[in-house]
Amino acid sequence: MSNEATLHSHHEVTHGAAAHDHGNGHDEHHHEDSFISKYVFSMDHKMIAKQFLITGIIWAIVGAGFSVLFRLQLAFPDSTFPFLESILGHWAKGGRITPEAYYALVTMHGTILVFFVLTAGLSGTFSNLLIPLQVGARDMASPFMNMLSYWFFFMASVVMTCSLFVQTGPASGGWTSYPPLSALGDASIGSKIGMDLWLTSMALFVVSQLLGGLNYISTILNMRTKGMSMTKLPLTIWAFFFTAVLGVLSFPVLLSGFILLLFDRHAGTSFYLSELFVAGKALSNEGGSAILYQHLFWFLGHPEVYIIILPAMGMVSEVLAINSRKPIFGYLAMIGSLFAIAILAFLVWAHHMFVTGLNPFLGAFFVLLTLLIAVPSAIKVFNWLTTIWKGSIRFTPGALFSIGFVSTFISGGLTGIWLGNSSIDIHLHDTYFVIAHFHIVMGVSAFFGMFAGIYHWFPKLYGRYLNGTLGYIHFWITLVGAYCIFWPMHYEGMAGMPRRYYDYSNWESFKQFAELNKFISIVVFIVFATQLLFVFNFFYSIFKGRKLTTTNPWDATTLEWTTPIHPGHGNWPGEIPEVHRWAYDYSKDGKDFIPQTVPLGPDETAH
Amino acid sequence: MSGFLAVLVVVLIFIVIFQIAKASEYVSILKGEKKARQQNNRINGFLLIAFLVLGLIGVYYCNELLKGKILGEAASEQGDSIDNMIMWTLVITGVVFVITQILLFWFAFKYQEKEGQAAFYFPHNNKLEVIWTVIPAIALTILVAIGLRHWFAITSEAPKDAMVVEITGKQFNWLIRYPGKDGQLGSKFFKNINDATNPVGQDWDDNLNKDDFMATEMHLVVGKPVKLIIGSRDVVHDVGLSHFRLKMDAVPGIPTTLWFTPKFTTTQMKDKTGNPDFVYEISCDQMCGAGHYSMKANIVVETQQEFDAWVAKQKSQYALAHEAEGSGAPAQPVAPKEAKDSTQKAVAAL
Repeated sequence: MSNEATLHSHHEVTHGAAAHDHGNGHDEHHHEDSFISKYVFSMDHKMIAKQFLITGIIWAIVGAGFSVLFRLQLAFPDSTFPFLESILGHWAKGGRITPEAYYALVTMHGTILVFFVLTAGLSGTFSNLLIPLQVGARDMASPFMNMLSYWFFFMASVVMTCSLFVQTGPASGGWTSYPPLSALGDASIGSKIGMDLWLTSMALFVVSQLLGGLNYISTILNMRTKGMSMTKLPLTIWAFFFTAVLGVLSFPVLLSGFILLLFDRHAGTSFYLSELFVAGKALSNEGGSAILYQHLFWFLGHPEVYIIILPAMGMVSEVLAINSRKPIFGYLAMIGSLFAIAILAFLVWAHHMFVTGLNPFLGAFFVLLTLLIAVPSAIKVFNWLTTIWKGSIRFTPGALFSIGFVSTFISGGLTGIWLGNSSIDIHLHDTYFVIAHFHIVMGVSAFFGMFAGIYHWFPKLYGRYLNGTLGYIHFWITLVGAYCIFWPMHYEGMAGMPRRYYDYSNWESFKQFAELNKFISIVVFIVFATQLLFVFNFFYSIFKGRKLTTTNPWDATTLEWTTPIHPGHGNWPGEIPEVHRWAYDYSKDGKDFIPQTVPLGPDETAH
Repeated sequence: MSGFLAVLVVVLIFIVIFQIAKASEYVSILKGEKKARQQNNRINGFLLIAFLVLGLIGVYYCNELLKGKILGEAASEQGDSIDNMIMWTLVITGVVFVITQILLFWFAFKYQEKEGQAAFYFPHNNKLEVIWTVIPAIALTILVAIGLRHWFAITSEAPKDAMVVEITGKQFNWLIRYPGKDGQLGSKFFKNINDATNPVGQDWDDNLNKDDFMATEMHLVVGKPVKLIIGSRDVVHDVGLSHFRLKMDAVPGIPTTLWFTPKFTTTQMKDKTGNPDFVYEISCDQMCGAGHYSMKANIVVETQQEFDAWVAKQKSQYALAHEAEGSGAPAQPVAPKEAKDSTQKAVAAL
C-alpha cells in the first residue's frame, strides 16, 4: 500500500498535517497547537521520540547513580559514608549500605538500564524519530498507539519509581528475578510489595513495547514513500525492523512468565514452587519447577540483548558510512547478518542455563547455535572495518562513538565465544567475567551506539548542534574509562569471583582483588561524572546550542535531511519526496554524496 | 564538610570544562567549519592511534599485574580440561582481538579526511565477504568441537567407585550429608525438615538413613572421584567450586549432580599457592537473598587415611536426633508413610 493511500484510508488517525490534504486536516486539528497536545499527549513521532529520550536520560542517571552507590560499597566495604544515610535512610544505617539495600540497588540498576534505558530510551527514541523520517512517512501507522506506547512506558516508570519508596524496598532478587526467591516474601524482603510493583511495572512496560513494536513494523512495511523498496532502506530501518519483530515475539512470553509468578505469589499456585522450607516452615507447594521460569524469562531475556544491540548496530552503520564518505560495505550482507542474528536470538536462550542441571545433550545444541551467532557478528565487524577502509573520515563525535562501538563490540563479542561454550561457562557462569562480557558488549556498546545516534541526530531533533568539544571529552573519558572498568573484571571472573556479592573480604579465594575493586570504583565515579557533563551538554544545547543553518549538516543522503530544520507534524511541508536510489551513494562517480531523492543518471546503474 | 568540598571541586571542574568547550566552539565558528573540522580530525586521529598503542600496552600490563591472582592451576581433572578449553579459546579470540582492534584504529587514523584524498567507492565484494564468513565459521566449528568433547566428558556419568556426598543449599549456608558405611543416602522429604534435629528432612523409618551423617565441612579424598548430589531447601543456590573450575545450581525440588576428581590435598595447595591460610571454598553463585555473599562452606581434600580417620569420628544424624529427643527436646514428627522420596528421584535422574 502506498503511503498516500494509507494516509487517506486512515485519515482519522494519521492526521491531516499532510499538505496534500489541502487544509481539511488542518481545520480539524487546530487543537494541535495547545501545550498539552504538543508537548504532553503528542501524537507526533518526533515529539514522542524526545519524550522517550528524555525519560531514558533521567532513568539512565538514576540507574547509573545506583551503580555508583554500590560500587562505593564494593570499593570500601569497611568504610562508612554519612551522606549515604542522609539519602538512603535506614537502608544505610551509620553510613554503610545494608546488604538488603545493596541487592535492591543492583537489581534496580539492571532493570532500569536494560529495560528503561537501553530498550525504551534507545530503540524507543530512535525508532520513533527515524522510521517515519527515513522511510518517508508523515507519521507512524498509528500515531495514537504510538502515543499510548510512550504513556504506558511512563506509567511503568511511575510504578517502578513508587517501588523505590515502599517500606520494604524495591525488588532485590536481581534483574532476572528468579523464583522461588522472587516468589516468597519470607525469603527476601525485596520479594514483598516491591516485587509486585516490579511485576506491575514490567507488565506495563511489555504493553508499551508491543504497542510500539507493532507500529514500527507496520510503518516500515506499509508506509514507505514512492520508490522506497525494502532494499533501498537505510540499515537503521532494517535494524529497527528486526528489533521490533524480536520484541513483539518475545515480550509476550516474558509477560506470561510474570503472570505465572504473580499467581504463585498470590493465588497459591505452584508453577515455580516445589518442596520448600522457608522461614522455619514447610510450604504446601509441590510439583512446580523453578527452572520453568528461567526458560520463560530467557526466551525474552536473550532476544532482549539483541533488542538492545541491533538498533545501535543500525545507527553505527549509518553514522560510519556518512562520516567515512563511503557506502556501507556489503549492504545486503549487513541485512542478512541482522536477519541471522534475529533468528538465532530465539534459539539460544538456554545458554544462560548451562549449569541449572540442563540435559547436557540439549546443552550441546545451545552451544552450537550460540557460537553460530559469532558468524553474522563477525561479518558485521569486518564490514564496518571495510567501510572505514580507504574512507575520508570526519571525526565528528558521532563518528568517534561509532568507532568506539565497533571496538567494544569486538571486545565484548569475543568473550561471548568463551561463555557460549558450555565447558567454559561451567567455570565462568555468574562470575565477574559475565559482568565484564555483557557490560562491554551490550552496556557500553549499546550506549556508544546511542550516543552516536544522539550526537548525529540531535540537529534533527532540536535544530541545534551539541557542543563538539564537550562531545570529544565525553567520548574519550568514556572509552578509556569503560575499558579500565570492565577489562580487569575478566580476571576477577577467571578467579571464579561470583557476581552480586556485597562483600568479598571474608573469602580466601576472592579477597586478593580488594585493591582492584577500589581502582574500578574510582574510575566508575569519574566516568559517571563525565556522563553528567554530557547530560548538561544535552539540555544546554537544546536551548543554547549552535543553530543549524542548513537542512543537511552532515551531507547525508537519507530522507530525514530533506525535511526543514524544524519539521512540523507531517515532516515535509510539500509532497513526500520520491526515492530513486539506495541510501549509500557516497563518493560515487566523483560526487561527495547523492541524496536518495536524486533520480538515476542516464548511464548510472542502481545499486 | 569534606563532602561539600568534593562537590564544589567537581562543580568547578565542570564549569572550567564548559567554559573551554564554549570558547572552542566560538573559535571554530570564527575559523570556519572546514578548518575547525580539519583540526578536530588531526587531534582525534592522533588520539585514536595513541589509544590503540597505550591500550594494547595496558592490556599487557593488566595481564602482568593480575595473572598471579586468578587461582593458578586447576585443582581437579575436570578443571584441567576447562583450562585447556580456555587456552584454546584465548588463543583464537586473542588473535582476532588484536588484529581487529589494530585494523579499526589504524584505518581510522590512516583514512581520516585529508585535502585532495577522496574516499573509495567500494560497496561490496563477494569474495571478501565469503572469506570472512567461512573463516569464522571454521574457527567456531573447531571451538564447538573441542568444547563439546569436554562438556560431555564433564557431564558424563560419574564412575562407579565415586564417593557420594549430598549438598543442600539453604539461606544462607550449606548442609552436607554423607551416606555413611552403607554408601547409600537415605530418603528424605521436605516436610520432615526440622532445623534443630533434621536439617535436610531425613525419613527416620528408612534404614539407609540410620548411618547417614551431616558435616559442616566437606571432606574429600584426593584422586578419588566424588559425585555431589545437589539440592536446595528454599531458593535457587549454586555450588560454586572455583578452584575445581566447576559449578552447578541447587534447585529446590529438582536434584542436580556434579562429579569431579580432586587433584591436590588442601595441604598440597597451601604449598603450591604459598598461602598458609589456603582453603577450598564453596561459594554460592546464584543470587539467593540478603546473605548471598556470606554463603560459604569449606572443602578439605585429604588422603584416604585422613579421610577414614575423620569419618570414624562422625556421629550419624539419626543418633544425634534421637539423643536430643531422649534428653527432652521436641519430638521428631514421624514422616507420613506416603511421603515422597526426593533422594530416590535424584538417583532415578542420574
